[in-house]
Amino acid sequence: MFQILQSTVLADNIYLMVVEAKRVAKSCLPGQFVIVRADEVGERIPLTICDYDREKGTVTIVFQTVGASTAKMAKLKAGDAFRDFTGPLGVPSEFTKEDPATLRNKKFLFVAGGVGTAPVYPQVKWLHEHGIEADVIIGAKSKDFVILEEEMKAVAGNLFVTTDDGSYCRRGLVTDVISDLVRDQHRHYDVCVAIGPMIMMKFVCRLTKELNLPTIVSLNPIMVDGTGMCGACRVIVGDEVKFACVDGPEFDGHLVDFDLAMKRQQLYKTQEGRAMLAWTEKETHHGGCGHCGGEN
Amino acid sequence: MDAMKKIPVREQDPKERAANFEEVCLGYNEEEAVMEASRCLTCKNPQCVQGCPVSIDIPGFVQKVKEQDFASASAIISESSALPAVCGRVCPQESQCEGKCIRGIKGEAIAIGKLERFVADWARENGIKPSLDVTPNGKKVAVIGSGPSGLTCAGDLARKGYAVTIFEALHEPGGVLVYGIPEFRLPKQKVVAKEIDNLRAMGVTIETDVVVGKAVTIDELLSEEGFDAVFIGTGAGLPKFMGIPGETANGVYSANEYLTRSNLMKAFDESYDTPINPGKKVAVIGGGNVAMDAARTALRLGADVSIVYRRSEEELPARVEEVHHAKEEGIVFELLTNPVEILTDENGWVNGMKCIRMELGEPDASGRRRPVEIPGSEFVMELDTVIMSLGTSPNPLISSTTDGLDINKRQGIIADDESGATSRKGVFAGGDAVTGAATVILAMGAGKCAAKGIDEYLS
Repeated sequence: MFQILQSTVLADNIYLMVVEAKRVAKSCLPGQFVIVRADEVGERIPLTICDYDREKGTVTIVFQTVGASTAKMAKLKAGDAFRDFTGPLGVPSEFTKEDPATLRNKKFLFVAGGVGTAPVYPQVKWLHEHGIEADVIIGAKSKDFVILEEEMKAVAGNLFVTTDDGSYCRRGLVTDVISDLVRDQHRHYDVCVAIGPMIMMKFVCRLTKELNLPTIVSLNPIMVDGTGMCGACRVIVGDEVKFACVDGPEFDGHLVDFDLAMKRQQLYKTQEGRAMLAWTEKETHHGGCGHCGGEN
Repeated sequence: MDAMKKIPVREQDPKERAANFEEVCLGYNEEEAVMEASRCLTCKNPQCVQGCPVSIDIPGFVQKVKEQDFASASAIISESSALPAVCGRVCPQESQCEGKCIRGIKGEAIAIGKLERFVADWARENGIKPSLDVTPNGKKVAVIGSGPSGLTCAGDLARKGYAVTIFEALHEPGGVLVYGIPEFRLPKQKVVAKEIDNLRAMGVTIETDVVVGKAVTIDELLSEEGFDAVFIGTGAGLPKFMGIPGETANGVYSANEYLTRSNLMKAFDESYDTPINPGKKVAVIGGGNVAMDAARTALRLGADVSIVYRRSEEELPARVEEVHHAKEEGIVFELLTNPVEILTDENGWVNGMKCIRMELGEPDASGRRRPVEIPGSEFVMELDTVIMSLGTSPNPLISSTTDGLDINKRQGIIADDESGATSRKGVFAGGDAVTGAATVILAMGAGKCAAKGIDEYLS
């Protein structure tokens, strides 16, 4: 059993939990993920690691409730425990293998969409700890959905926050901010890392391709085992089929077939689920995020 | 009783069992077991033992069954096999012990598998436990993987006084015994869990949710966690796909995924959270035991199922009993047929599969006649689900994270046949991780050999 030491609500339906998981905390790196199960009958849920403390032996995860399993997880409190917590899975972020001296000459731009801010944080933090300051864009639906802002400010070079509805900082999509920074303000970046809903990563990559800005994305396909056994997470990158759990979850965003990835994400979405999303999101429901299969 | 014929074993009616996940074969009762055991000729030169990968004293235990001394029969089997309740159910006896049975020359072979199952079930139901009288010798061995080879190796080492810890990547121990073989062939709670509990009772520690190669490496287990030797029993879990167009569409699964959802995650049971899209018209590509398992699982989940296999019935690698059961349950066999392309609707969901008919040509390297396409014989099968069951290969995770571990070109770890020793001192391997996908009993045999090899190495 993996004890939950802390459980915090970051935003409506977005939870942060600090979990005691000694083996994972000891060996994990930014970019990797864990698979968790709430109880005996629970689904195996993959979550990218948000933070870790090797001394305390803890790992921090952030998740959004999107269905029955995550809703069940959301009910867990400090003192409760996950029945299973496996990791670290996947390949760590490329830069963790590079010489920090070389990295210091690279200018990083991180683009975090919604709950994607959680997996972006450990990457920015790692770079910061190695003397590299990265620029970060956080995009959220509205002010209430901006998460980990203070934590990110502490480790980022420049932080740019934007909201869909303009309720905080500025109004606009993350692509508007990228365009502003690169085209209008002529800032130079060597590499972009974009993590968020599939549709966001797709459009960020479309833009960065035009800007000749190499981009890494972190995919979140459906998974079962997470160790390369089943192929549920297969994605097409370039002209090859890759397993996101062992070859990824990070890939060259300009080679990822996002349309296929979004279609595959909808495999278990039910009519009821789609109806529920349309009802809860009301007029902001425009579909296309890949979560319910609504129209683009 | 006709001494030439096997005592028939009771099975669930095909129509009934096609709608449930309970065990198909009900096994012998005492009377039936004793009658079947009486057919044994007690050969002076028993061939059956030579057919057994772990050399169980078959005439010995069968004689005890005849005498109704089931406890002694159990003791005899336990000398050689750690998981008789499993093997009695899943071994391909027709090509092992029963295939060599002398009675089988003129009549039908003794139903050795069913007798082994009977004895194992009797022992479990009557609370027979392995002896716990062991003196610890102070040495620690790490076993990676809790499938049949790892469980067997751990059990044998524990019996010799070693402190054994099994590291399992998944959340439930058992390997293929839990994720691969369906409930209706091998019950998980009733049989597998009990066999694993016996190991725990012997003092074996099982740590689940640990992916060796990720959370910790073999090098670290040896240098930092105080293990004196390591056994690699990580199996062959990497699925194979055909590489044909449409294979990434929604509705195409590897058999591993389909079975893991159903067997390990119990998706067939509404009270478990993991979903499965069972499909209504399913094609399973492949002809091995895994293909039969996937097909019969899909059937029980409510689908019309076809097996699509490129060779003919004679070449089907699956266990004879499974093919027989599959046919009884209503699964259609499209033999000498191969998929060419998977067709999808505008939303990317499978709605058909283009196939081509095959004929058998000259034998290939495996000795089997090579299937060759018949030009112009393409046709389309209307489907919503395709399950690729083409075989699996070893996952390279361990070999790529352990210094000095030699592998062959099929990613199998190179290990000595008799001792399981690898190119790395103190590291042993066996089972599918070495040979590629094979059988439970062969994996157990390898686990046994490696336990002996490790014991010699550490003595």
